Amino acid sequence: MSIFKKIMTAIRGGASEVGESIIDTNATRIFEQEIRDAENHLTKAKRDLTGVMAEQMAANREVDRLKREITEHEGYVGQALEKNDETLALAVAEKIANLESELATQQQAFESFQGSANRLKELVKKSERQVGEHKRQLSMVKTTESVQKATSAITDNFSSSNSKLLNAKDSLERIKAKQQKFDDKMKAAEVLEAESGDGALEAQLKAAGIGAQSTSANSVLDRLKAKKNKA
Amino acid sequence: MNIHKIANYLNTLADSETGMTFDCQPISGEVDVLQITILGREELPIFVSVTDDQILCITYLWGEEEVKTECINDMHVSMLEMNIPMPLSSFSKIGDKYVVFGALSINSNFDDIEHELTVVNNNALEVIDDMSEYLI
Repeated sequence: MSIFKKIMTAIRGGASEVGESIIDTNATRIFEQEIRDAENHLTKAKRDLTGVMAEQMAANREVDRLKREITEHEGYVGQALEKNDETLALAVAEKIANLESELATQQQAFESFQGSANRLKELVKKSERQVGEHKRQLSMVKTTESVQKATSAITDNFSSSNSKLLNAKDSLERIKAKQQKFDDKMKAAEVLEAESGDGALEAQLKAAGIGAQSTSANSVLDRLKAKKNKA
Repeated sequence: MNIHKIANYLNTLADSETGMTFDCQPISGEVDVLQITILGREELPIFVSVTDDQILCITYLWGEEEVKTECINDMHVSMLEMNIPMPLSSFSKIGDKYVVFGALSINSNFDDIEHELTVVNNNALEVIDDMSEYLI
């Protein structure tokens, strides 16, 4: 059963009893232990991988060294043959044969280490993905548990304080009424400001035709007519 | 991050960017919960709890018993349809109560939390208004 399904079943089955744990805490502890074990295995696998990769690098260095030595000795054979020293050339050739056999062994070791390293890398990646997935599942279980406990704390708080969650529509109406009251107060303050402040005096002066007057279409027309008559 | 740090921050917030005044009240229990009320909107408190990897901000909307029986399916569909467009919050149901909630990473900063609380509260108000046709 997937973790989603398990949580859904648990919620459906246990939600009626507030305060009753819907998640088996023992199962959660076992799951946490499993994740810790997997993480320990992962650490060990990573340590093994480091060891194998070190061996692989050493084998690679040895392969390079042997190849260089073979090339070097092949040069010596050429030089001995140039000097017609067949015996020396044969001795060097024997050395080359030994080196080549050693190279083959080292090459084999290198390939074997490489194979092991690749397998371990794959294993580490797979285990990491698995641990990540387990952690995600555990987080879901723990969140469900936490929300359940939080709900229980909230419910207890409401019942102990003798208050309860209001009906949604009533809550909205009350909040709207408060907002309206606040807006009305702001508006009233504005009106009051307009009546008692400079604004009121200016309005009175304007009404009496004193001070700067606002231009009207008629006054503009009069001004233009006067201008035309002058011209 | 824990609820006490969040409460300290919100309670000492003199000039909020969001223009809201918060009041925080811790509720003790097996899991610590912070009850946050916003001035003028005390009827819709936000409950905050902190788990291992996330901060959950939950506001209760209405109870099952407040939904008109014949409208329950339409209401569920509307809620599902609204789940994506609704900024930063989602609908859920805890027991017999419908809720709107937002989940934040445990590494969120105080500004993010304050923003989330404001958004969850605004969403809750709008949702109740918009869905009141389904409610008794």
